[in-house]
Amino acid sequence: MVAPTPNSYRTQPDSEGHFGAYGGRYVAETLMPLVLELEAEYNRAKADPAFRAEFDYLLEHYVGRPSPLYYAERLTDAVRTDCDDAHGAEIWFKRDELNHTGAHKINNCVGQILLAIRMGKTRIIAETGAGQHGVATATVAARFGLPCVIYMGARDMERQAPNVFRMKLLGAQVIGVESGARTLKDAMNEALRDWVANVDDTFYIIGTAAGPHPYPELVRDFQSVIGTEARAQMLARTERLPDLLVAAIGGGSNAIGLFHPFLDDKDVAMLGVEAAGHGLDKQHAASLAGGAPGILHGNKTYLLQDEDGQIAEAHSISAGLDYPGIGPEHAWLKDSGRVEYTAVTDTEALTAFQLLCKTEGIIPALEPAHAIAAVVDRAKTMPRDKIVLANLCGRGDKDIFTVAEALGVEL
Amino acid sequence: MTRLATTFSANRPALIAFITAGDGDTAANLDALVAGGADIVELGMPFTDPMADGPAIQAANLRSLGAGTTTADIFALAGDFRARHPAVPLVLMGYANPMVRRGPEWLADQCQAAGVDGVICVDIPVEEDAALGPALRAAGVAVIRLATPTTDAARLPAVLEGAGGFLYYVSVAGVTGKQQAAGGAIADAVARLKAATDLPVAVGFGVRTPDQAADIARVADGVVVGSAIVELIAQHRENAPSRVEAFVASLRRAMDGARQPEEIPQ
Repeated sequence: MVAPTPNSYRTQPDSEGHFGAYGGRYVAETLMPLVLELEAEYNRAKADPAFRAEFDYLLEHYVGRPSPLYYAERLTDAVRTDCDDAHGAEIWFKRDELNHTGAHKINNCVGQILLAIRMGKTRIIAETGAGQHGVATATVAARFGLPCVIYMGARDMERQAPNVFRMKLLGAQVIGVESGARTLKDAMNEALRDWVANVDDTFYIIGTAAGPHPYPELVRDFQSVIGTEARAQMLARTERLPDLLVAAIGGGSNAIGLFHPFLDDKDVAMLGVEAAGHGLDKQHAASLAGGAPGILHGNKTYLLQDEDGQIAEAHSISAGLDYPGIGPEHAWLKDSGRVEYTAVTDTEALTAFQLLCKTEGIIPALEPAHAIAAVVDRAKTMPRDKIVLANLCGRGDKDIFTVAEALGVEL
Repeated sequence: MTRLATTFSANRPALIAFITAGDGDTAANLDALVAGGADIVELGMPFTDPMADGPAIQAANLRSLGAGTTTADIFALAGDFRARHPAVPLVLMGYANPMVRRGPEWLADQCQAAGVDGVICVDIPVEEDAALGPALRAAGVAVIRLATPTTDAARLPAVLEGAGGFLYYVSVAGVTGKQQAAGGAIADAVARLKAATDLPVAVGFGVRTPDQAADIARVADGVVVGSAIVELIAQHRENAPSRVEAFVASLRRAMDGARQPEEIPQ
C-alpha cells in the first residue's frame, strides 16, 4: 500500500515538535522547562514584525545577503564533455559560501542570538564540528557583546586549527572535548552538560536543524532564507524553477534551508547527500543510508547505532558531516519519499573539490564538495535543458590542510 | 504491595545506591550495596553518550562498554540479583536509546522477567511518555520520574501523571556527581513535592558524604548516592566490594542517626 501524500510538506512539525514519527523533545527534566520557554518565545518572535525586520536587516547588512545565484558554466561544460550530446544539465550554485564567516551557519546564529537577547540570556554556548558554526556563533556573540563558550571535539580542533584560532580572535572560549571519538557528537554532549548546569543565564545556539523541539523548526526557518532567495532568483533569471536541488547533509541545516521553500513545488526533485566516508560498508557518517531510528540529543531520528542502541562513531573527511545522526525533518522527508538521499565517499568528495577549484575558481568546503560530487553524477544523466541547483554552503579555506594531507602534499 | 512500596513503608529513610552495570564485578558490588545497608539498588544501563552524567559516571559507562557489556548482560545481572535478593527493590536507570532500541514492549518484558521494579529514563520527559511509559506500566514496572529545581508548580502535576515507585528529586541543575545543593533549598523543594504527591520523594545528584546523606534523610523519604560509589569501584577495581560495603554502611549509619531525635517518644 502506498502511503497517502500529504496536501503540503511544509506544515511540519506538529505542536509537540514531531515530524511524523521523528523529532520531539527527548531531554532531561531540568531542560524541559527551558525548551518550552524557548518555544513560547519563538512563537512570539515569529508573530513580531520587529523581530523579522531586525533579522532581515542583519542578514542584509552584516551577513551580506542575498547571496548570489550563479550559473557554473565551465563546470557544466566539463560535465557535458563526459556524456552524450543530449545530456548534461545546467549546474547552478547558491553562493552561501560568500556569507560573512564563510558558510550558511551565520544565518541561523543571527536568528538565535536575537532570540537569546529577547529572552534576557547573557551567556552563549554552542557545539561545533568543522568550526564553522563555532566561528559563526563567536561572531554574533562578539557582535552583541555576549560571552561565549564553544565546545569542540579535541580531534576536530586538530584538523580545524584555523577555525579554533578564529574563534579565539573573536573572543570566544574554546573548550576541547576529550570524551568519545572527540568529534561533534561529544561536543554536543558537553554543551548539553553545560546548559543543564547553567539554566538561568545561558542560551544554547544549536548549529543544525536537530536537537529538541523547537530547534529543528527554528533553525530550518532561519536557514530557509537560502531556498526563499534561490527560488525568487531562479524565477527572475530563468522564469522557471530548477528541476533538481542538491545539498550536503550532516545534521542537515543547509539542505533543509534550501529544500523547505520548494517542498510543495511538485516538479522540483531534491537530493540530500550524506557522507559515505570510507564507504557505506566501512566507517561513514550516512545516518539515513546506514542507520536506524533512535533517540539522541533531544530528538528521535535516524542514528548510526548497534543492535543495543549504542551510538556508533561516524567518520567523514569533512568534520562538518562527521555526526552519527541527522535532523528529524530529513528522517521524515526520507520516509515520505519527498526527498531522495544518497551518499558520497571521502574520495569522491575530494575529486569534486578539485574539479570545482579548477573549473570555476571556487575553493569549496569539504561539506559542499560532497554535494558537488552528486551534482556532477546526476547532471550527466539529465537532459541539457534541465537545471540542477546546489547549495555551495561553505568555502574551503578551513579545509586546505585536510585536503593537502589527503592528497599527500606537504605544506 | 510492591517491593518499592514495602521499602518506603518501613520506618527509616531509604538509601538508594547506584552503580553502573558491567563496570567491575557488578554482582559482587551489588551484593556489597545490600550488605552495607542499601534499601534500593539502582543499576545504571551504560550508554555511549551519557549527557546527564558527570565525569565519574561517564567514565564508568565507557569502561563498561569497553569491556563489552551488552543489554542482555545487564538483564542477566538484574535477574541474578533478583534470585539472590528476592525482596530488595531493583531500579534500572539509563538513557532512552538503549531502552527503546528493540521497542518499549521488549524492554518492559525484560524488566518483568528479570524482576526490575522501576525504570528511570533520563531523557524521556513526560511529554514523550508514549515512547516507553505505557509499556512499562502495563507490565507493572514503575515509571520513576525526575523533578528538578526547574520543575515549577505549574508543571509538576504533568510530571506526576503516570509516575510510580517514587519521585526522584534532582537537587541541583547540573550533571551527576559534582555540585552540592544547599540543605535549606532541598528541604523546601521536598516539602513542595510532598504536598503535590503521595509518592515517596528521594533526593539525588551531588550527594557524596554520610553527613550530606544524613541531612537529606531528615527531610526526604530517600537518598540516592551514585558517583561516590562509582568512584570507589574505579579506584579499587577487584577489591572494590569491601570498600563499597564499608562506604554504604557509613551512609546507612549516618542516615539512621539523622532521624532519631524525631523518633524519641514525647
